Amino acid sequence: MASASQLASSLNPSASPELVKRAELSEIDASTKLPALFFFGSAILWLLAGTVFALLAAFKMHNPALLGDYEWLTFGRVRTAHLNAVIYGWSVNASFGVAFWLMARLSRAELRHSGMLLIAAAFWNIGVTLGIYGILTGDSTSIEWLEFPSYATPLLFFAYALVGAWTVITFRFGRSKHIYVSQWYILAALFWFPWLYSVAQIMLIFSPARGTVQSLVNWWFAHNVLGLWFTPIGLGAVYYFLPKVLGKPIHSYYLSVLGFWSLAIFYNWAGVHHLIGGPVPVWVQTAGITASFMMVIPVIVTAVNHHLTMVGNSSALKYSPTLRFTVFGAVAYTFTSLQGSSMSIRSWSELTHFTHYTIGHSHAGMYAFFTMVMFGSIYYILPRILLKEWPSAKLISLHFWACALGIIFMVLVLSFAGVKQGIDMNSLPIGADGKPGAPAPFLEIVKNTIPWLKLRSYSGILLTIGHLAFAVNFVWMLLKPRPAGATAPTLFRNGPELEVSR
Amino acid sequence: MNRAPLIFLGIFFAIAFSWTGIILTNQISYGSLTRYVNPDDGKAYPQASPGEAARGKLVYQDLGCVYCHSQQVRQPGFGIDIERGWGDRGSVARDYVGEQRVFLGSMRTGPDLRNVGARFAGQGGREWHIKHFYDPTITSVDSIMPPHRFLYETRKIVGDPSLKAVQSLLPEKYQPAPGHEIVLKQRGEDLIAYMLSLKDPELYPEEAARVYVPKASPAKKEAAK
Repeated sequence: MASASQLASSLNPSASPELVKRAELSEIDASTKLPALFFFGSAILWLLAGTVFALLAAFKMHNPALLGDYEWLTFGRVRTAHLNAVIYGWSVNASFGVAFWLMARLSRAELRHSGMLLIAAAFWNIGVTLGIYGILTGDSTSIEWLEFPSYATPLLFFAYALVGAWTVITFRFGRSKHIYVSQWYILAALFWFPWLYSVAQIMLIFSPARGTVQSLVNWWFAHNVLGLWFTPIGLGAVYYFLPKVLGKPIHSYYLSVLGFWSLAIFYNWAGVHHLIGGPVPVWVQTAGITASFMMVIPVIVTAVNHHLTMVGNSSALKYSPTLRFTVFGAVAYTFTSLQGSSMSIRSWSELTHFTHYTIGHSHAGMYAFFTMVMFGSIYYILPRILLKEWPSAKLISLHFWACALGIIFMVLVLSFAGVKQGIDMNSLPIGADGKPGAPAPFLEIVKNTIPWLKLRSYSGILLTIGHLAFAVNFVWMLLKPRPAGATAPTLFRNGPELEVSR
Repeated sequence: MNRAPLIFLGIFFAIAFSWTGIILTNQISYGSLTRYVNPDDGKAYPQASPGEAARGKLVYQDLGCVYCHSQQVRQPGFGIDIERGWGDRGSVARDYVGEQRVFLGSMRTGPDLRNVGARFAGQGGREWHIKHFYDPTITSVDSIMPPHRFLYETRKIVGDPSLKAVQSLLPEKYQPAPGHEIVLKQRGEDLIAYMLSLKDPELYPEEAARVYVPKASPAKKEAAK
């Protein structure tokens, strides 16, 4: 904890190096305050909007007549609005904030001309708003993960370029000699995303490739947004917050390097597994399956590294909100990645592709892993830039349990529903005479999924409760006055001093 | 030692590798695949869709139909798409070469639509779709497809009733007030035209020789035992 007196004493040349370092970090944090607040604030607004779209889409699936007469709220549009609001609205806004805050801290450089990042944030959010409006009014491209109409994309591209440039500039001005693994991940993500996005825009929208080459571009892009943007940012955050909160270094430097390079090499080939059995060349499907399997290496390496860092400190999970969310995310990363590798096996893909199982998997990745890590990061970052603590530990606790139980429940329900759906859809039941009979009628399969879809909607209500608790705590924190003296971080319960405040 | 340039180089080659392998190689190898011209009738297959169906595809796109319906028939032995009657053969890359946008789809909440125009053809097919889009449960009990009544218009009859009025196809509960009739909006007409146009031609000779592996007949299976 740094109090005003400690800050003052840090200006004294005889002060300890630790205090000088804390004062420096404090200044760096202060330089990121406005843009980080803008990005996190809008991220939370989009999270709420995305949740509303999600609930609507989920309930429409078992009650199609719900608001069925409004064309702009038809399932195909609301579902798309949900995906884009939570991906480009919530997740990207949050990852921008986390990325440049981490970069500034780790490079030991203050953010220069932070006004440019405010402009970037404004452009990004105007772009997302336009895009969602376009989807609801009928301008969607219906290309998965790229639904925004072409009038929204230049704004997004411009905003992205600004954020990317500013983060790289911050890195270049850094005083730190060492490049920490989180910085590797962030720099790589910042470079990869524009490449993916430009190729996809050009080859799908401005000058579409012929035939199913489009599908290859589509899944190369869509899977790599996960693998080469969200995953590196999420892992970068885990690599920072895990050791930071525990106050000890990451277990192995070499394992983190190995994890990084194996991810960089294998992940970007994996996207083709979405096209197994489809009308694209078989060799490229096989390459995709191979790469999906090779992903076991970075996943296991990263999991071992994180686990060995945590070992002996698991009691800290009782106290620190940041740690609890981050560790949940890290464990979910291991689970969802191994699940993803298994889903590329031809016979398992034959069954689970085209079913709710895939939807469960994507929520395990984007929510149980990425979103939970972002929650943890925001719980750590905001008190440091606002210089005040979270008002309510109860609300954080509610947020954690509602979201953790909600997402586990959702993934389980969708997985069961998907496997059942896949078996019924792809097998010929053996009749009494021992010969394969007629396939199960399609509408019967649809009917069988309805109870599961209802359970999924209930899990969505749990997530909504968590998000509301988070949003209330956030607004309350913004509004409450800054305390005069030193403050202690908001923990789930009072325990030994575990969290390093600054 | 400043290792940033080295790291950057690695990052660059990682993505360049998959871009070259997945995108560039395939663009070169089959990105200029053309239609097959049948020497017997001189027509190019797959045939281009007429105007109304092409506009209907845009309706399909803006309503987000692709999120519940795929448009690809899996090859025999991989799933049972053909046994389900979703097509006579698996889809091949050439089927899609004439399409400005390809909707392979990734979800089958509803059935595959690649050959829906073969399952529901002609006037009967049109009438089925008119009922289905108005309220899917008319034709398909237990369906969870959303109703598409916004593609229809209920209007007052001025002069003679329209020849295109559709209420006679709909059940009692949807009958309009006396003096009114229900007609399809142009978007609805287009979407139905698109549905009726979805039908892959017979397999092209080149693919038949190279790709298509016919299912082993029961007799052969017996022999193998």
